[in-house]
Amino acid sequence: MRRAGIAGFAWISTFDGWIERPMFESLAGPWPWYVAGPLIGLVVPFLLLLGGKVFGISANLRHMCAATPTPERWKPSFLKYDWKKSGVWNLTFILGIFLGGFLAVQLIGMPDAGQHISEATRADLQALGIQDFSGILPTELFSWETLLSPVGLFLIVGGGFLVGFGARYAGGCTSGHAISGLADLQLPSLVAVLGFFAGGLLVTFGVLPLILG
Amino acid sequence: MANQTTTRGRAGTGTQGATATAQAGPVVSPLALMGYLLIGMYLGVIFVQSEVVSWFRIQEMFRFQSFHMYGIIGMAVAVGAISVQIIKRMGITSATGEPIKLSPKQWGDSRIPGARYWIGGTLFGIGWALLGACPGPIFALLGGGVSVLVMALLGALAGTWAYSAMRSKLPH
Repeated sequence: MRRAGIAGFAWISTFDGWIERPMFESLAGPWPWYVAGPLIGLVVPFLLLLGGKVFGISANLRHMCAATPTPERWKPSFLKYDWKKSGVWNLTFILGIFLGGFLAVQLIGMPDAGQHISEATRADLQALGIQDFSGILPTELFSWETLLSPVGLFLIVGGGFLVGFGARYAGGCTSGHAISGLADLQLPSLVAVLGFFAGGLLVTFGVLPLILG
Repeated sequence: MANQTTTRGRAGTGTQGATATAQAGPVVSPLALMGYLLIGMYLGVIFVQSEVVSWFRIQEMFRFQSFHMYGIIGMAVAVGAISVQIIKRMGITSATGEPIKLSPKQWGDSRIPGARYWIGGTLFGIGWALLGACPGPIFALLGGGVSVLVMALLGALAGTWAYSAMRSKLPH
């Protein structure tokens, strides 16, 4: 897989000539769960200690809707609030996530997750017709070309729609409920996480075989 | 516990909807914003290099074929829980000197107990498995150059808007 690098930043000489490589390629993933998990968990106290903020990402979708420049009368009352006051810290936080994703790929490289998953998963996905295991995502499902196909549109835009709708309905997503909520021993969050899994299993064993098989 | 913050709270119409809204405090200083940016960058790098942004890894999780995702979420919850307990018990205040408060999630007033959590949660889970990315990874992947996810983000914004529009008719 082609790895991107910042031009002039990370050129390494090899016997084959000059090839472009990320600077810290040796740090490439997959970072093991016992490293990544605790590092992600630390975000909870970091945000609490910095400004008493609770780790939760999907509220930004509401802030972004509220910030959309549309006539006020078009906006549902749920989107009429002072998003700058309540959301600027969180929007800055997700801008950081965006930049972090950029740096991770530029300096270390996009990990080839398809190469790292278990044999069983690979076999199951091959049975569903997936052949490209070279990158982070199966390109035959997620690309600008497939966006124009019914399946691609359903997975990308339909999946996105339900992520947005469900996260706001449930009052949180993986970060707000599964991490912040469970870390604070909130029973409603446990119910939400069980819902996440019910939905995920329904898609994995019901919907995907139907639309890909 | 009563809301003791002194903010005028214009969030009134939808306080149940977002924890962040209830957290609204004084105006955030540029220095604090830099802090949030750095914490976000730290998280974005981990999201990508631990592969939790990968549709493949989400499939592996929902098929119970690897411990990877369970280990990550489990360890994150454990570290988060220990941190929250330490902060609560020691009464640690935030960098700006305010007491740190986590507001409990409300059960809601629907006749169906916890309706918003299990109905909303299930809808979210369906979307998560289809797209293979939850909101955080959408932003990390966009930064990583997977540009088609901008359409997923637009879908998520449409979903948020649709929820906002029909919110009063849904059981919570």
